[in-house]
Parts: sequence; structure tokens; C-alpha cells
Amino acid sequence: MDLLEYQGKQLFAKHGIAVPSGEVASTVEEALAAAERIGYPCAIKAQVLIGGRGKAGGIKIAQDAAQAREHADAILGMDIFGPRGEGPFRVDQVWIEGGSDIAAEYYASVILDRGEKKLLAMVSAKGGMDIEAVAEEDPAALVREHIDPTRPFTAAEARPIVDAAGLDEDVREQAAEVLARLAEVASEEDASLIEVNPLIVTADRDVVALDAKVTIDGNALFRHQELAEIADTADDPQEAMAKEKGLTYVKLDGDVGILANGAGLCMSTLDVVAQAGGRPANFLDAGGGSKAEAIVDALTVITSDEKVTAILFNIFGGITRCDEIAKGIVEASSQLDLKVPLVVRLDGTNSEEGLAILGEADLPNLQQEKTMLDAARRVVELASQPNPRAEL
Amino acid sequence: MSIIVDSETKLVVSGLTGREGSFHGLRNQAYGTYLAAGVTPGKGGQDVEGVPIFDSIEEAVEERDANTSMIFVPARFAAPAIDEAIESGVHTVIAITEGIPVLDMLRTYWKAKEAGVRLIGPNCPGVLSPGKANVGIIPAQFFDPGKIGVVSKSGTLTYQIGNELKQAGEGNSSIVGIGGDPIVGSDFIDILKLFEADPETELIVMVGEIGGDAEERAAEFIAAEVTKPVVAYIAGFTAPPGKQMGHAGAIISGSSGTAQAKKEALEAKGVRVGESPTETAQIAVETLRG
Repeated sequence: MDLLEYQGKQLFAKHGIAVPSGEVASTVEEALAAAERIGYPCAIKAQVLIGGRGKAGGIKIAQDAAQAREHADAILGMDIFGPRGEGPFRVDQVWIEGGSDIAAEYYASVILDRGEKKLLAMVSAKGGMDIEAVAEEDPAALVREHIDPTRPFTAAEARPIVDAAGLDEDVREQAAEVLARLAEVASEEDASLIEVNPLIVTADRDVVALDAKVTIDGNALFRHQELAEIADTADDPQEAMAKEKGLTYVKLDGDVGILANGAGLCMSTLDVVAQAGGRPANFLDAGGGSKAEAIVDALTVITSDEKVTAILFNIFGGITRCDEIAKGIVEASSQLDLKVPLVVRLDGTNSEEGLAILGEADLPNLQQEKTMLDAARRVVELASQPNPRAEL
Repeated sequence: MSIIVDSETKLVVSGLTGREGSFHGLRNQAYGTYLAAGVTPGKGGQDVEGVPIFDSIEEAVEERDANTSMIFVPARFAAPAIDEAIESGVHTVIAITEGIPVLDMLRTYWKAKEAGVRLIGPNCPGVLSPGKANVGIIPAQFFDPGKIGVVSKSGTLTYQIGNELKQAGEGNSSIVGIGGDPIVGSDFIDILKLFEADPETELIVMVGEIGGDAEERAAEFIAAEVTKPVVAYIAGFTAPPGKQMGHAGAIISGSSGTAQAKKEALEAKGVRVGESPTETAQIAVETLRG
């Protein structure tokens, strides 16, 4: 789960890391009132889960009330695209914070290094810019050091990293303290990525986190109630519905609805449908051990996307039992009045029982295929026929 | 031969009294795996279909000589259960549970490493050595004994490819699901080493997916250390680009983690990569038959 900048900063503040004080607002009037309380100059920052906000016009400095109104009006409701064209991300909230006098911009991060199975701390004196470019053009400028995940990481241990990065000498102690606190956020809040860019030095020589990118491990939310309450911004109606029902669903822009079990098989199903000339409408992993009710929920979510003209079920049962899937399909057909054709491929645990259940139900708009490739070809063929829903 | 599980395996299942634990534990037993014991704290002295239940894994090791542990307990209790298994005296721990916090696994990973215990998973389907033993949730009916070793991040994709191999008349030495979580006990390289040393394995199929750089690392290892042919499949070419948060992940791995990048890294080291599970199985069969 990714946190918005202001949520990340609140987490930093909880762990004693200096952040500019500010307020969150979702209307122009709220933003203006916040700016008046904070004073000028102040920064008005779009709260979206994507990098490159500044370049996209999502961060503006207001020198007075008129500018605060103008900028808040421009930013709230705008669509921001990521540096690689991701999005659009609609701006529903802005964060207003006091302007900072910046003497230097650094970079600091603590992330999970999957390969080394450790946390990795990184510090650079070259902050405030694209850190990937820094890493590529001047690798020595980005100092990296692994952290032992089995015990706390202290400021004294952080100091050599800060020294090696060549930060201004008078702020190294503060910066080392910040790095130790970032590691504390990682281990105590179950954050797998914490990135501060820029970590600034103010004119008064204070070290302050001016930005916050934080990813919290979704598996650990059970032990972080406050974080669990932060709803991930799933603006899309199908994604919101799926989340409510506990399904892993990602909306795409095609017309072939996809349901598979297991993330790997589901990804592979998207690939094979694309190879067959089709365009997947979604990614939906029904997960391990899916029960009949989960299938009803999944079909409800898939068919609520009006672009969907045919649906492919690709199930290979391990922990998932094919008879449960088949019961779910039959149940969904009686509850949902499905108007689009279903292509079903069931294989694996209890597949014979599952196929028998489907055979007995004899659903008019259901076709079975034996292999994944045949099923993909068939569903692409059906999806390209005139949309049965459009004729109604 | 085969790797990790075989006729010497004496299995103890943590969570055998639960619904999924008993379903799959007993399936493993029915396949021929020696199911020595189950463990559920507070239920010691009971039995599941005649299999004795103990309060701790250590007791199961002492009383029933168990040497392999399977973890089937709910996510929030799973890391302590794995830790218990690591300290119990078994040589192999296979963790099926999905949804374990990654920091818990980070600490557990190093515990296993220090204790010299082989940890497979979590969030994996387990290990099957056809004709010998099955530990986990892999549906064994889709795999015959044979010469192809399979190592995979994905459960269902593994079944898919194994099934294609069977239909083509080929079987497997062992099928190892390493799990797709960010931190897993054994990665591609650990299992490639075992297959390289296993005389029964003549060809290795490796199934990866987007995220991390385990496939890129494996490509380097294959070029340097593996003499047997390796065929790969990568899932996720049309996967939607995730919400990009920060760039630190790409910096450490030096890779974007995309399916395309992984395919290119493998092909650069001479590993053939199939376009679909079916094509991957076909390439494996062709290569094996020369």
C-alpha cells in the first residue's frame, strides 16, 4: 500500500523526523483557509500516488491569498500523468505547507533489497533531482549500505554512510539521526520502501524531509490499525468494488474479462489472450482456495465493467478446487443474469467433479475448452463478435 | 534421485488440524509421502485420521523422527511457526502460507540461513518428486516421474507447464515452487544448484514473473555454473505498469523488473524463453530429445 506524501510525513513526524508543518485540503476554500493559517509563502502540493508531480504542474508556491486560491483551483481536480505515461491520477487532495528556505538538497532512502535479503540505506548529496539518473551517471555519489534486519540501526552506524556521501559537515549528525529514524519507520511500521527526495537543509541548518514516498507492506496491516484505515485511492468503481470484496483486481482497457487463480497464471493468461489478438479488460486473481462465493463476487466485478464482451475463466487447481469454482459459476449464472459468453477452462484438483457440475447445469452461454491456448483463442473470437449487451 | 523431498522424507505438518492443512496433508500422505505427525499447540495427544498430533515440532522430531516440516498455519502466526521449525531439528521447512509480512520473513530468512536449514517458500505450492513424495499443494496427478526439473515462482503456472510436459510424454525429477513473495527462503539459484547436482535431472525449466531481479541473477548463475540446458518462461508481458512510487527499487536491482528485461537477460546468457506455457514445454521437450 502506497501512502500519499502527507500520510508519509505524518508517519515521519510520529518517529521524530522533522517535516514542514501543514494541512490537507480537498476544496479550494479549505486550501485557502489552510494557507491563511500557515502563512506565506506556502507550497500547495497535489496528493497523488505518482512521481513527477512538480514537472506536471502539481506543486506551486503561493506568495499571497490570491495566488493560493489560483493554485489550489488549478491543482484540485487536475489529472496528473507519471513520467512513463502512467495514469491519469486525479488530484482529490492538496497538502499545504509552509515555504522552506533551501540551502541544500540531499537524498535519503531505506528500502527492502530483495536480492540481498536485507534493508538497504542510500544517501546522496545530489538530491532534488532524478535519483536514477544520479545512480547511472555518477554512481559514487549515491552511497549504499546494507542494514542488518535482525537488530535496530543506530545513528552511530548511520554516520559513516552520511560521511561517505559528503553531506555538509555541520549537518551530518542530524542527517545520520534522520537515516536511523527512517530505518526505524521501516522496521516498526512495516515499510518496504521509504524515499525522501529532497531531504533539505534549511537556511537555519535544520535537516527536514520535504517529500515522503512510503510503501507499507499490505500483509502487515493487521498490526497497524491507523495505516489499515487509510484507504488506498482506488478511484475506479470496479477496483473499489473488488477491494471491498477482497479480490485482487486491476482494471485494463480491453474487452475480454479475465478470471484466473494465482497471480502467475493470471498474468500468463493476459499474455496469451494478447498473443491471440485480444485485449484483456482486467486482471483478476481469484487467489488460492477460492470458494463459490468468491466466484460470484468476481463475476459481479468483471461484468460491472460495461466494456466486457466475453469472459475467460482459466483455472488450474492446486489449493483451489475446481468443483468449488464450478459451483460458483452456476451460482453466479442464476444470480447475475450474465449477458456475455463465458469460456471456461478447468484443470487440476477436483476438475472432473467441476466439469460434471458444469455439464449438469448446461448453461446456454458457457463454452468449455481443454487448453489455455484454445480457451484464449475462443474468447478472443467471441469478444470480437457484436456486443450482445449493445443490442439490448 | 530427485531434490528436497523423496522416499526419505518424514513429514510433520504444522496446521494439520485445520481445514486446508488436513485436506492437503492427507493428500500428501495418500500420494505416498510418509506423514509422521501433525502439530497444533494445545491439541497434542489427538490424531487426524490416525496421524498423531503434538504440541510442538520438536516433540514430533523426537517422537516420530520427522525431518521435514510443512507450515500450513494462518499468516499472522506463520513466521513464529517457521522459526519453531527451524529450531526443531528438521533439515527442511516448506512454508505454504501466503500473506506473511515481509519483515517477518526477512528475520526468519536469516535464522534459517544461520541454522543451515533449507527453507522453501513462503507463499509457495511446495515440492513434488513424482513417484516418491509430495509436500504441499501441487496436484500430483499432472506430473509423471522423469528427467525435467522445474523451479517456479508461481504455483498455478507450474501445474500448467507440468501438465503440458506430461501430455508431451515427459516427466519430472522434482517440481519446486519457490513462491513469488519478495523474500523467499530459497531462490532460483539455490534450486538450480540442486538440479545441476542431481543425476536424474537432465534439463531444467525455470518459471519466473515480473518483479525483483531473481531471474536476472539466475541468468548470470546459469551462464557461469549450470551445464544442463535451461528453458525459461516469464509471465507478465501485458501486466499493467504498477503505480510507480519512488525509484529506489530499480536502482538496487539495476533492472526495471519487467518481463521483457528478464527475457532479455536470460536470452543474453543463451537461455531459451518460451512465449507461452505451451511453447515453453515444447522447447523443453525438443531440447531434451535433441
